[in-house]
Amino acid sequence: MSGQSVFPRLEPLLPRVRKPVQYVGGEGNSTVKPWESAAVRWCLMYPDAYEVGLPNQGLQILYEVLNEQPDVLAERAYAVLPDLEALLREHGVPQFTVDAHRPVGDFDVLGVSFATELGYTNLLTALDLAGIPLRAADRADEHPLVIAGGHAAFNPEPVTDFIDAAVLGDGEQAVLDITDVIRAFRAAGSPGGRAELLARLARRRLVYVPAFFDVTYGEDGAIVAVTANRDDVPARPVKHTLSDLDSWPYPKTPLVPLAETVHERMSVEIFRGCTRGCRFCQAGMITRPVRERSIDTIGAMVDAGLSASGFSEVGLLSLSSADHSEIGEIATQLADRYEGTNTSLSLPSTRVDAFNVTLANEFSRNGRRSGLTFAPEGGSERLRKVINKMVSEEDLIRTVSTAYAQGWRQVKLYFMCGLPTETDEDVLGIAKLAREVIRAGRKASGHRDIRCTVSIGGFVPKSHTPFQWAGQASWEVTDHRLKLLRDTVRADREIARAVGFRYHDGRPGIIEGLLARGDRRVGRVIERVWREGGRFDGWSEHFSFERWERAAAAELEPLGVSLDWFTTRERPEREVLPWDHLDAGLDRDWLWSDWQDALRASELDDCRWTPCYDCGVCPTMGSQIEIGPTRRTLLPLTPVPSLPARAATGATTSASATAATATAATGQEKARAAAAP
Amino acid sequence: MPPRRPDGPPPPPPVARVRLRFAKRGRLRFLSQLDLARSFERGLRRARVPIAFSAGFSPHPKVSWVGGVPTGAASEAEYVELALAEDVDPEALRVALDAALPPGFDLLACVPAEGGPLAGRIEASRWSVRVPGVPAEDVSRALDALLARESLEVERRTKSGRALVDVRRAVICGVCRASAHDCAILDVVVRHTTPAVRPDDVLTALGVVAVPPLTFPVPPEPTRLEQGLIRVDGTLADPLAAPSGAPNRSETDRLAGRLTA
Repeated sequence: MSGQSVFPRLEPLLPRVRKPVQYVGGEGNSTVKPWESAAVRWCLMYPDAYEVGLPNQGLQILYEVLNEQPDVLAERAYAVLPDLEALLREHGVPQFTVDAHRPVGDFDVLGVSFATELGYTNLLTALDLAGIPLRAADRADEHPLVIAGGHAAFNPEPVTDFIDAAVLGDGEQAVLDITDVIRAFRAAGSPGGRAELLARLARRRLVYVPAFFDVTYGEDGAIVAVTANRDDVPARPVKHTLSDLDSWPYPKTPLVPLAETVHERMSVEIFRGCTRGCRFCQAGMITRPVRERSIDTIGAMVDAGLSASGFSEVGLLSLSSADHSEIGEIATQLADRYEGTNTSLSLPSTRVDAFNVTLANEFSRNGRRSGLTFAPEGGSERLRKVINKMVSEEDLIRTVSTAYAQGWRQVKLYFMCGLPTETDEDVLGIAKLAREVIRAGRKASGHRDIRCTVSIGGFVPKSHTPFQWAGQASWEVTDHRLKLLRDTVRADREIARAVGFRYHDGRPGIIEGLLARGDRRVGRVIERVWREGGRFDGWSEHFSFERWERAAAAELEPLGVSLDWFTTRERPEREVLPWDHLDAGLDRDWLWSDWQDALRASELDDCRWTPCYDCGVCPTMGSQIEIGPTRRTLLPLTPVPSLPARAATGATTSASATAATATAATGQEKARAAAAP
Repeated sequence: MPPRRPDGPPPPPPVARVRLRFAKRGRLRFLSQLDLARSFERGLRRARVPIAFSAGFSPHPKVSWVGGVPTGAASEAEYVELALAEDVDPEALRVALDAALPPGFDLLACVPAEGGPLAGRIEASRWSVRVPGVPAEDVSRALDALLARESLEVERRTKSGRALVDVRRAVICGVCRASAHDCAILDVVVRHTTPAVRPDDVLTALGVVAVPPLTFPVPPEPTRLEQGLIRVDGTLADPLAAPSGAPNRSETDRLAGRLTA
């Protein structure tokens, strides 16, 4: 029978693997519905380990949105680690969901969220373990539709062999609309099978179906054209844009994992989109325009989420949280509300701005003061103009001085290496900045016991950004510059011990670059790497650059292209890019002129505060900027009655036995409650 | 610059202490002690238990765990003590907190803390281990062989390498019976020692002393049934019950042999 739990077969394997708790499900606020009650069944997968995937907001949101529908069932799956993969294969146990441990192959839809391209090999493991043919072309009507989403799905071309469709943009409304189409199609007796269902989804402009497009290549290896091969589907699939985030306050009941995860807190997304215009930032380009949640919705979500989850920390998420039009009010009023409750509030990395030190002070009122994080991204003034990160050295020094003067001991600075036009001097500028930061900090705090951590990530050019044409720095160049910088910092005796230095080698970035800007020909590289054992490419202990390099040489060179061709090569203006037929709303001419402005180190202001510069998104998508201020204030919380006081003493010591009998029942009640719809 | 101090007044001092007995059942047996502690603290917040907090920059709820149960083992008898900032009704606390914990993490009892420290009322555990795929007679023979020894050391992998634990000296008594289909049930009382002898170690020891050596085709499933002080008859005294006639250590030390099933 379909949808049956594999847990009885899985359980004996669990004592033999590391961290078995990640496979048992049972999270607070998770949902298990009877299989038969659902007309449409979704499996939502995050293709990385449970500890990374569980906190993912996108998956939690869709899980809740879908499960709120009475006739829809959604369960979650995560990538199994290699030790369990081997046992699953040995014992013939399929890829399962963690909610009711159902075989993934039994669902109608397998939705996979790609936050990063490095999850592609894990998709293949999941498909294979689930008994779903790897290639979309080999699938029959009984197999789930495999639909990719998440930021990496804005260029799904490298995985088009393996997916049936991709959803671009915000998923909340999209998953409901897709569900409606599937439900109606089923009700009509599934006329025309799988291909017709995909055509209906494409015609409704809900998804991009790669099989409906043909790609042709020229002599030079570049794409000549990507054209629709049927005239009943739109030639340019578009992204979805949610408006009025206040009416979509998800997740309402955050999942509370039993296992330890990478983010031990609940998150509230305070706005979506960002128009700061950092040219390296794909998220900031593809999620436009800015849509804020209002202060009272944020307050209500924080309250409801904390009550439902028992978390003791709340992260206020967005691409640049300090930019919310009422962030000051939010900080002060939430800090007031949770004073004395041992609840901490946090903002992820903040802009370089003294105001953000004030914000951080508010958030840390209850005690915990770990460190402040700023992201200047580029080491020199010139480079920061190239990437449009408008921070002057003066701003940075003023900001960190304020932080150190107000008692912060540790400041973290984020930079990138390998940015377009970057030279050794630009990267050495990071050392100069660090030195100035430490000097200013010692002066402002009046003592030497301060620290600054410099974290450096390798830049990877992404689709739908002004840097989509850029040649990626080779890993040799990246590693050379990082070594130069490290040696310079270490040799500077004045600061060497006060500056921490964190970086990764440049090789994984090259593979990420291949997957981020690759076309359909890269699919065969992914498949070969996976067949040769490639798994968990985002993990340094599993990643093998040599395996990728070998597979790329074997699969790409016969076609006249190469790893370098896809990564370090700068693209000319007129070259057809693999994702040009996918519409993120951005005007290609604007992206090109912004790329040219970058090369001239010319900056661009944020359209929230200056006139529109015609990036193209709002008119194309029919969307608009949705920001405050609302000038509303947080509502006071409704007081909750506390537990009753202890009655007069006596009759307490004998309570133990009676309590024990009473409780066996409680355990069963909880179990029933969990099993019930 | 003066050292930074936490803003606001120090947390209120604890006014009461309660002791809880809880079970770790079903799939929750795969929780580690850290996982349990994290779930428990979230449950405390959800149930709005007026837990007392430590002072300082990083205040922690005052929760004292007694011992810990190995990852993979179930339990019907785990104990924890809480310091409270308000003197609330223990049964109301138990009901509210139990409802806030995941199914399988079930609170069985809650009583005001009285008498000496809880840890002083626990010296041994009674384990029941399901051993699927092994005939009860084989386990039984191995158990006899183990009990006939003076000492039996087995090696265990620890975080910091390998350790030797003497299983025989820790095992006070035991019995083995057959359950339905080809599955032995081993019932064994084990004294708490340092390093602790876990059910896994007992099984390793049984495997080694048996002739021919015993192997376990399916991972055995241990459940802790009781913890407490050892009574003269080899049973364990409930650590939450009012203390009465605590057994004499020298007497319990003489206990060795088979439990009367």
